[in-house]
Amino acid sequence: MPFQPVKFYQTGTFTVGNRLLKPEDRSVQSHRDRSNAINSGHRACQGCGEALGARYALDAAMEATKSQLIAANATGCLEVFTTPYPETSWQLPWMHSLFGNAAAVATGIAAALKVKGRNEIRVIAQGGDGGTTDIGLGCLSGMFERNDDVLYICYDNEAYMNTGVQRSSATPPAARTATTMPVGPNPGNPFGQGKFVPAIAMAHEIPYVATATVADLHDLEAKVKRAMEFRGARYIHIFVPCPLGWGTASHDTIRIARLAHETGLFPIFEAEHGLQVSALPIRKQLPVEEYLKPQKRFAHLFGAKPELEVIARIQARADRNIRKYGLVKQQETP
Amino acid sequence: MRDKPFAITLDPGSSLANHTGSWRTMKPVYLDRLPPCNAGCPAGENIQGWLFHAESGDYEQAWRVLTLDNPLPAIMGRVCYHPCEDVCNRGHLDSAVGINSVERFLGDEAIRHGWKFDEPAATSGKKVLVVGAGPSGLSAAYHLARLGHRVEIHEAGPLSGGMMRFGIPKYRLPRQVLDAEVARILDFGVTLKLDTRVTNIEDSMRSGNFDAAFLAVGAHIGKRAFIPAGDAARIMDAVSVLRSMEGEERPQLGRRVVVYGGGNTALDVARTARRLGATETIIVYRRTREKMPAHNTEVEEALQEGVMIKWLSTIIHAGEHDLTIEKMVLDEKGYPQPTGEFETMAADSLVLALGQDVDLSLLQNVAGLEIKDGMVQIDGNMMTGHPGIFAGGDMVPSERTVTMGVGHGKKAARHIDAWLRHRSYVPAAKHEPVTFDMLNPWYYSDAPKIMRPVLDAIRRQSGFEEVQGGLDENNALFEARRCLSCGNCFECDNCYGVCPDNSVIKLGHGKRFQINYDYCKGCGICVAECPCGAIKMVPEDA
Ligand SMILES: Cc1ncc(C[n+]2csc(CCOP(=O)(O)OP(=O)(O)O)c2C)c(N)n1
Ligand code: SF4
Ligand SMILES: [Mg+2]
Repeated sequence: MPFQPVKFYQTGTFTVGNRLLKPEDRSVQSHRDRSNAINSGHRACQGCGEALGARYALDAAMEATKSQLIAANATGCLEVFTTPYPETSWQLPWMHSLFGNAAAVATGIAAALKVKGRNEIRVIAQGGDGGTTDIGLGCLSGMFERNDDVLYICYDNEAYMNTGVQRSSATPPAARTATTMPVGPNPGNPFGQGKFVPAIAMAHEIPYVATATVADLHDLEAKVKRAMEFRGARYIHIFVPCPLGWGTASHDTIRIARLAHETGLFPIFEAEHGLQVSALPIRKQLPVEEYLKPQKRFAHLFGAKPELEVIARIQARADRNIRKYGLVKQQETP
Repeated sequence: MRDKPFAITLDPGSSLANHTGSWRTMKPVYLDRLPPCNAGCPAGENIQGWLFHAESGDYEQAWRVLTLDNPLPAIMGRVCYHPCEDVCNRGHLDSAVGINSVERFLGDEAIRHGWKFDEPAATSGKKVLVVGAGPSGLSAAYHLARLGHRVEIHEAGPLSGGMMRFGIPKYRLPRQVLDAEVARILDFGVTLKLDTRVTNIEDSMRSGNFDAAFLAVGAHIGKRAFIPAGDAARIMDAVSVLRSMEGEERPQLGRRVVVYGGGNTALDVARTARRLGATETIIVYRRTREKMPAHNTEVEEALQEGVMIKWLSTIIHAGEHDLTIEKMVLDEKGYPQPTGEFETMAADSLVLALGQDVDLSLLQNVAGLEIKDGMVQIDGNMMTGHPGIFAGGDMVPSERTVTMGVGHGKKAARHIDAWLRHRSYVPAAKHEPVTFDMLNPWYYSDAPKIMRPVLDAIRRQSGFEEVQGGLDENNALFEARRCLSCGNCFECDNCYGVCPDNSVIKLGHGKRFQINYDYCKGCGICVAECPCGAIKMVPEDA
């Protein structure tokens, strides 16, 4: 694992910075001269996880590439809130693609740079879960399969937020969205087969695949930097809570992301060439209710008669993740 | 206007033009809150403040911040019952920060390196008499000297330290530590006159041209209870026993010693008797362990050393080699009531540890001075009813501990200073307290407390070696870094990092942060993710 917590510090290195750490051991976000890839004045909602996750990822990528970086951006909140014509928040060359073709546009940019011999300039494609797991999956799979030199970052807020919270293939079971209302015998989004794009990316055996959340900054930055050490197709899937779509308090964005990991519902790991190489262990395992309860999109599970069976099925998914990705460290025998 | 491509009518602009701060209904503001350790320190130490410097390994600066409030850290680090640790927020997480052990480490470092106090303020030309060289008197003298006054301590005894020397046994406070910290205060310009008993305070003040006085003679007359006793019964009081430990002649207690009482002094004298060779040391106490005023650590250590405690018992007769005991029960109010059941108990001597009275002889006929229940009465400024005469420590109504005495000395010094300058001392308003629920403990890594080494029980039963050891540098640093910095920014950069709107400005090392209200949307993530509770949300109109 690239990120090694420093031991015996007042607060470990879980905080963004720490006056006791050497500057080079601190996070990119702790530096006064960080790029601030998305400038102030953007129109994301109060407490938007996507705005935060995108700045975390791009600032780290800009540092890793000495700002020799171009981004292609699918349609979605991230694009809309940063670039209402004629204003822009972006502090790097940035191109808006269509909703479904960010991967293909990035591939084109990478190909052009190659032709021009500008190998030092790196390319990022980014989009929401709708643009990635639904409409953009074909282009993305092609980019993986050709091993184009692009880092694709998906900001997963588990629905089509920009158009008013419609369900996507990344929407979790039982969640309420505008198109999966909490009515009828099985309220909310049905339990389907699930569609976890990090696993699909691993199936392409591309050089690097990772997941992260906005709650673990050090881990997120380490993964972006690691991704920039590879050439070829790379994929990072970042979990970004959406206060508007999920019905959470704007100040709870990071807490909710933390709970997604600590309950096991969102596994944090890395894979190289199709094989998992690390998992971020859960520090304090919690039951899924802790994660579900603060979110209005799951409120119907906790009515006068709690939907215990549904909650148990969600817990089973978390438990399966913990086993599958090894999220809980084996107890050391004393 | 410059030519634009097809269908483009506006110049490219920056989102900085869009002041999203106008969305806000609540805004985050930085503040310092009062950590529970500071609030709980009887000497008013800025514990979080000095730990902050210890965390970075700057022990001298830590010691300097500490000694702004308390000039006796090496002593405190040994004898204080550390109420700060009982309320430390880290206790909710794993266990309290070992504040007392870090304090001792700093105090010992200062002695080892010979650190001196910073030069005092400009001299005031005023002269203050301090009566008594115990913790309270020494603390007052130090603080008065800091404030620029000339200070003379008159001590009736042959040595300084008061109860720290004549009450606290060596195995808890080695005398070279006491001597070193007293010497540093004297080096600071305080004059100490030993064997100088003040018999009449007004006379002493007049003859020495003192402008004010601070009385801190303590309480060292052991209370006697009436116990019917045979002629040959050996009955002593605890203070005299402990005091004679400092002289040439060790007290003769015999093989079977019974101590009567339940306070810290009872424990100290019982543990001393054990070390003097008593084969059997029994404390007789009329109530239960829960009701015992002695501190738990002392009780624990005494039990480890083989001291026995007989609960719910009173002594009703003392003979030459035995005592008669009556069993008690607690009534519903928790008071002990006799049962009429008796037993006898072998004992060569009986030591009474039933509390101490104040020697008030120096206060005869002082106009306005009020004495109640054998103690000097003071107002909120520590002044007695006689203008210019202040009092503190064990001779005024209060909890009787070394730390409390040091606190009194500091507080009195500030009021004496104000009184001498015809001002009134108004302490700075206290910050609002910070409770555990205001912290975000996720950011603190697990770090269990380091226990100080303890001398093994066998050696503790035979000698007066110090029982509790100190921490080495690594341990002390680790322990200091366990501090959560409750309520006070320690520049972890969290607020700066977690703002989705880049609206936190990092001002640079030591300068903390500032909110850019032009863009802050008031989401409150910075408040939720501040580990130490140093930001709060307030309504925009307030
Ligand atoms: C081909 C096409 N279909 C539909 C849309 C309308 N549209 C714009 S953004 C969006 C949803 C974006 O969802 P997601 O990719 O998850 O990003 P989010 O807004 O949640 O960040 C949709 C449906 C479009 N722009 N193009
Ligand atoms: S709808 Fe959600 S993703 Fe879009 S700007 Fe608001 S919080 Fe961010
Ligand atoms: Mg989405």
